[in-house]
Amino acid sequence: MGRISALLLRYVYLLRSSWPRVIEIAYWPTMQMIIWGFVSRHFSSSSPELTAGGILISVVLVWDSLFRSHISYTLSFLEEMWSRNLGNLFVSPLRPAELIVALASVSLMRTLIGMVPAALLAIPFFGVSVFDMGLHLLAFFFNLVFTGWAISQFVTGILIRYGLGAESLTWVLPFLIAPFSCIYYPLETLPPWMQSVASFVPTSYVFEGMRALLINGEVRTDLLTSAFLLNLFYFMVGVATFFFAFDSARKHGLLLQSGE
Amino acid sequence: MSPVLQTKDLTKRFSKVLAVDRLNLCLERGSITALLGGNGAGKTTTLSMLLGLLKPTSGQIELFGEDFIENRFSVLGRMNFSSPYVDLPQRLTVRENLTVYAKLYGVRGIDERIRELVEEFHLGDFMDRRLRKLSSGQKTRVSLAKSMVNRPDFLLLDEPTASLDPSTTNWIRELLNQYRKETGATILFASHDMREVELLCDEVLLMRKGRLVERGSPKDLLAKYDHDTLEQVFLQVNRGEGER
Repeated sequence: MGRISALLLRYVYLLRSSWPRVIEIAYWPTMQMIIWGFVSRHFSSSSPELTAGGILISVVLVWDSLFRSHISYTLSFLEEMWSRNLGNLFVSPLRPAELIVALASVSLMRTLIGMVPAALLAIPFFGVSVFDMGLHLLAFFFNLVFTGWAISQFVTGILIRYGLGAESLTWVLPFLIAPFSCIYYPLETLPPWMQSVASFVPTSYVFEGMRALLINGEVRTDLLTSAFLLNLFYFMVGVATFFFAFDSARKHGLLLQSGE
Repeated sequence: MSPVLQTKDLTKRFSKVLAVDRLNLCLERGSITALLGGNGAGKTTTLSMLLGLLKPTSGQIELFGEDFIENRFSVLGRMNFSSPYVDLPQRLTVRENLTVYAKLYGVRGIDERIRELVEEFHLGDFMDRRLRKLSSGQKTRVSLAKSMVNRPDFLLLDEPTASLDPSTTNWIRELLNQYRKETGATILFASHDMREVELLCDEVLLMRKGRLVERGSPKDLLAKYDHDTLEQVFLQVNRGEGER
């Protein structure tokens, strides 16, 4: 616990040292919310079914929590690579599992810093409150944060093994699942083969569940359970990938050479 | 008394390159040992294996009587490391860096320990400055302070006085000697500064092409090769004229 809190302190110091960083964390989700808020307002007169229950703004905010959780996790790891500090960390008694817990905690903290202001601003700007979903919002939110962490495990594993040359994966990988996640459209919109792929993507269950709740007022615990179980599976595979990559980096002597 | 470090046939191979070849080391408690060798001799590879950053291809490492390869986390808290090739977070201040690493190593009485380090390493003038604002000599002092934050029993240093001026180098040398005397710590360091090695070390290990080709106290090596300086010994051994 002491080692995890030491790393948390390191990231708090980092955030504290740069106010532009803190503002940036909240900036992008807020911009997304504003743009999609106006799109939603535009469609509300021509296609009210698209915007019922504030669905468009809600899904944008919840989808962004996946992206933020992944980016926050991976950027914190990249900070160690950019500052050539990984060598110091890995010769300390810090275990890789503790590093994962610390990065996930920082990711959650940064995601909340980013999402809460955007969600609060959506209330006066567009009259949409994601908090009306109550505890279900937490279930949707944590499922997507969990997906973000699962993706981060793969990305950090690749980074530790292949170095900063693989940095662009950080930005690219979450969008790979976006078309299959059915964020802005129902699952039936996809062609059959894509629907089959979507059945293996946890986020598709989350957004189907959100639509069921916001449009029909229906709570679909079956969808949330499927999302959670798939997330658990991918997270475990991701963690195994990270440990495999870490072990491989130790075999090839890459832990001291991971800087720029 | 059992040695702090013992390696048996420690070997590291990177595909076709044999970086370290059947290295047998034994470091006694309270000793200061220098690891010397030209570029590609295997010094950094050896240090990396002794720090757990690199997995050996074969052989054994025993640290404080424990199998380090299988169970490194039980002893990593008793060790520490400093190298000019590894940095501390540049956006954090000196105080923040030392606090984070003190917590990471489970140091008790962190504020007190940091006060001691400030005094020992003369960090007071720039404790609250970010690392990126420091000169390279100041950064080296901070890195050395970090390496002693947990009062390690086994200290590994890679070129500990790189980028320091001669008077600071001399002072750091005295500080390392003092630390060894007070705590009985074992120090292993890699260096290219032969004068430093002569003044500081009890034993010198000379590596060439991954193999340990010579060892002994500076005084014994000077006598054996009939040279005035360790640099001359190093050059002779490095040409392959001293291999045992």
